[in-house]
Amino acid sequence: MLTALVFTPLVGALVILFMNKEKEQQIRRTALAFSLIPLLIVLLMAFQFEPGAGMQFVERYEWIPSIGVSYYLGTDGISFPMLVVTALVTPLAILASFSITHRVKEFFALFLLLETGMLGVFVALDYFLFYIFWEVVLVPMYFLIGIWGGPRRQYASIKFFIYTLAGSVVMLVGILALYFASGLGTFDMLAIAEHGRLGRFDPTFQVWVFLALFFGFAVKVPIFPFHTWLPDAHVEAPTGGSMVLAGVLLKMGTYGFFRIAVPTLPEAAAQFAFPMALLGVIAIVYGALAAMAQPDLKKMVAYSSISHMGYVVLGIAAGVAGGSTMAMNGALFVMVSHGIISPLMFFLAGTMVYERTHTRMIPEMGGLWSQVPVVGTVLAFAAFANLGLPGLSGFAGEFFTFVGSFPVYTTLVIVGALGLILTAGYHLWMMQRVLLGEPKGSPGGMVDITGRELVVSVPLMALTLALGIFPPLLLDLVNPSVVALINQVQLALGGF
Amino acid sequence: MAGLAWLIPLLPLASWLYIGLPSHRASTRYDRVGIGAVGIAFLLSLGVLWDVIRGGSAAASFTWAVHGSTAITIGYQVDGLTAVMLVVVTLVSLMVQVYSLGYMHGDRRYKRYYAVLSLFTFAMLGLVLADNLLLLYIFWELVGLSSYLLIGHWFEDPANVRAANKAFLTTRAGDVAMFIGIMILFSQTGTFAFGELGELAQAGAISAQALALGAILLFAGAVGKSAQFPLHVWLPDAMAGPTPVSALIHAATMVAAGVYLVGRAYPVFAASPEAMQVVAWIGGITAIFAATMALVQADIKKVLAYSTVSQLGYMMLGLGLGGYTAGLFHLITHAFFKALLFLGSGSVIHATGTQDMHQMGGLIRKMPITGWTWIIGSAALAGIPPLAGFWSKDEILLTAYYANPTLFWIGVVAAAMTAFYITRATWLTFFGAPRDAERYAQVQESPRVMTVPLVILAVLAATVGFLGAPPLGAPFAQLVHFGEVHHLEMTSVVTWGVTAAWVLGVLVALAIYAGGWISRQRIISGLRPVYTLLKNRYYIDDAYDYLFVKGSIGLAYVVGWLDRVVVDGIVNGVAAITRWFADATGLFDREVVDGAVNGVADGVSVGSQAFRRLQSGLVQSYILAMAVTVVLGLAIFVIGG
Repeated sequence: MLTALVFTPLVGALVILFMNKEKEQQIRRTALAFSLIPLLIVLLMAFQFEPGAGMQFVERYEWIPSIGVSYYLGTDGISFPMLVVTALVTPLAILASFSITHRVKEFFALFLLLETGMLGVFVALDYFLFYIFWEVVLVPMYFLIGIWGGPRRQYASIKFFIYTLAGSVVMLVGILALYFASGLGTFDMLAIAEHGRLGRFDPTFQVWVFLALFFGFAVKVPIFPFHTWLPDAHVEAPTGGSMVLAGVLLKMGTYGFFRIAVPTLPEAAAQFAFPMALLGVIAIVYGALAAMAQPDLKKMVAYSSISHMGYVVLGIAAGVAGGSTMAMNGALFVMVSHGIISPLMFFLAGTMVYERTHTRMIPEMGGLWSQVPVVGTVLAFAAFANLGLPGLSGFAGEFFTFVGSFPVYTTLVIVGALGLILTAGYHLWMMQRVLLGEPKGSPGGMVDITGRELVVSVPLMALTLALGIFPPLLLDLVNPSVVALINQVQLALGGF
Repeated sequence: MAGLAWLIPLLPLASWLYIGLPSHRASTRYDRVGIGAVGIAFLLSLGVLWDVIRGGSAAASFTWAVHGSTAITIGYQVDGLTAVMLVVVTLVSLMVQVYSLGYMHGDRRYKRYYAVLSLFTFAMLGLVLADNLLLLYIFWELVGLSSYLLIGHWFEDPANVRAANKAFLTTRAGDVAMFIGIMILFSQTGTFAFGELGELAQAGAISAQALALGAILLFAGAVGKSAQFPLHVWLPDAMAGPTPVSALIHAATMVAAGVYLVGRAYPVFAASPEAMQVVAWIGGITAIFAATMALVQADIKKVLAYSTVSQLGYMMLGLGLGGYTAGLFHLITHAFFKALLFLGSGSVIHATGTQDMHQMGGLIRKMPITGWTWIIGSAALAGIPPLAGFWSKDEILLTAYYANPTLFWIGVVAAAMTAFYITRATWLTFFGAPRDAERYAQVQESPRVMTVPLVILAVLAATVGFLGAPPLGAPFAQLVHFGEVHHLEMTSVVTWGVTAAWVLGVLVALAIYAGGWISRQRIISGLRPVYTLLKNRYYIDDAYDYLFVKGSIGLAYVVGWLDRVVVDGIVNGVAAITRWFADATGLFDREVVDGAVNGVADGVSVGSQAFRRLQSGLVQSYILAMAVTVVLGLAIFVIGG
């Protein structure tokens, strides 16, 4: 089932490659159809998924037995929500990209290839496979930015590529170190993690490997100060690219902590928990301040992503250091919540607002709400969701993260909570200048929301609302796996 | 009936969804939907109250989140305080929505207006029903959202938008402190539920320090919402919203939420003497501080706004000094007479088209219903017996008299100021000669939909005080009390102090404005520095603007610069160095290494001719070759391993 999930988009990409490039509409529809299949599969899986039953839908075949590489897939409560997010956001991003007219065939083929990579990262349980998927994600995104991007696409795409490649190469070194040092002769993630938890890695070795993995993941998240590729990439990326970049790609980094760094190197993770929490809180406050300073709407959202990923990092750190289930649940909740809110924000900034105002510069906008009330309401919804309004998913995630981390890192949480005021501040200031006031620029003639925009934004809004009102929808999936993870870590640390 | 209380907020919720969802049916009467929903909610609330009076109660909860094995539950509860609040909220909301039929008639965003009123009513009802801090906090933020949307209702004007932002951000500052307080209490007790928190606090299960800190931070949220010093700055600006909104949200209900919170979490506060002191002093300071600013306002709504801040201070003062019933009773009476005054001011603004009282005068002759209902409201506010404000303010000051003489005298002085500023406003608006003849000529009484709510509220403002009147057995205290019901002995100091206060206030105001016996100009010039200070709101707003607003934005620009130039500069620097290094390597590679390789290649190219036949281009042979290689590899592996 997971194989079908992961490779359907790849099949779609191949099908598109054999299509006539003149038939653009047909290509678009094919791409959409092939991206909807994973969504269906994920929904089917959701019915069979048993929270707390460990790895499920496992598939395992020998692949390169000589070095212990196997084709090993599986999903648990930590990765399954990310599969849902990926499978949901990708078709919406594809739909949002229907307005692409330049080299349509390549665009959609690459997009589907990207989806295979993303889904693969979240289900791979073999380091070799994991690394392949990890790199598969990199290449299509590089082309999406570099070919279909904005005016500074060359700079942005190369920066993105080199920066994240540097991260993944260092991560690879870490992975290889784990492989050789464990002496198990296997790339099996779970087996190596088990080995690590039994304390069979030398403490100094743990520290070095953790640092290597940390760098790899930190670039992806991105954690301050490794974040500067993100605003450039987002500003230049086409809307669809921004949507998956913010919605899914960033989460690969934090997922790496959940799946690899924390369970495999618990002692080093505990050792680095405080610096991580500190970086998380710096990201929350720093990202919010930097967002406030941006006149470019897309850049503002990009910095807001950095700020929000800070919650995830804080939650992970508190979960490791203090054994706080709530903090870690909160971190995963923020991953999912931000995974649906940020694509909506980028869709607004890159398409819904941009195609009406023909600018991304906030000071050049104004009075949008009175001109296009429905578009205005969607933007207001997204902004309030992003600033953590209770009743919407962002609040639940931030609430759990903060409340869970509070006993562990009291001072840091208080500083982070002050960031909430800044977060409200820059969103309100943005709305003041974009939505409210007298209309600026081209008077009249704006069409309110189109059908396609409605189809893209409504599912994201509905899910944001549903998770905000009734968190158990997600929490019940996540909680047992997080409890298991925390128990493993605590056991390894001798905490129990 | 109490068991049906959960239905009450759902009615306005449904009406919000119905009105709020985009629709092409432009002709539908959204206003009727909103009014109908809140009307039924009001009737249900009456039923609930009746049930509670006869001893009924209700509560239910469900699990909202499970972390590890810790469950977070949320739910609702109905007790005397909740039941009374339900009635007040639905009644004022009903009055305001009916009144808005006239006041907002023909507004460009009429539909949105009614939608957000329903949203607000839903959130406020949810807030009073919540049985725990978490759910209360959720609704707390939602009422803040509706307040934001309504203050900025006419968002074409940048001033209104600034006011909306100021309200949201100032209260948000309080809310974040409150959130930290909630976290402290939760980390100490593992629960958000008011019941359990209260029991644990009263039993001494929370360390005194954590309890005090938690309660004070919780109170900070109330300071924001109830516009207490030093977070009072947003409320006067919030008058930018439509006047019925000011009546409902910024006078009668939402701003009372802070007072309600202290009342709801009273067992926690009462267990910490430090927290109680803070509540009392903040309340007392706010009561007098806001009253001074109300003395000099020219805008009729601003007078009422500062008056609201001041009266909310009284409530906090009462609560902080142990007058649980007194503080909450003032909340109820104030809701009616202040809603009345705001709607009355709206009627005046509707008729004259201005908010400046210096352009009014003599209006009572043209607007008798508005005028007389206003006078009833003013008298209630000034604390003239036997109107509502008299009974409730009396109770608070009596409490203060026994608990803290300093705060008692502060309260008395503030009461004199209250009588002064409301008499001043009444005279300037309704009496004397019209100061703007042109405006005056066009004035006419507001339509029935606006005056009927005024009359109803006036009746309530006149009579609701009897519910707390000791001579009548103070039925309110039977319903809402903390611990045992107890009555304080009335003393002559309080009686005379309170009476002297309102008499003096009214007389001085009349002497200046009606009689002209004391020259207004001379007072202003005699007290020039004070007058300037008051007119400029003690410069607090300016200070905040520089310190926090401009400060944050300035800091943001610094961070933005830092990020672009320093953090990203390092990245680009590394890239540049790498590129330079690569160029150097490339040179070396081309000239030296490749030179050697080319030499070798020439040699190899000869030998490679022999291999060319292997590259047949046939897929089968490739696969065959791969298979052979794999098998060979495996064989070597097996034998070797």
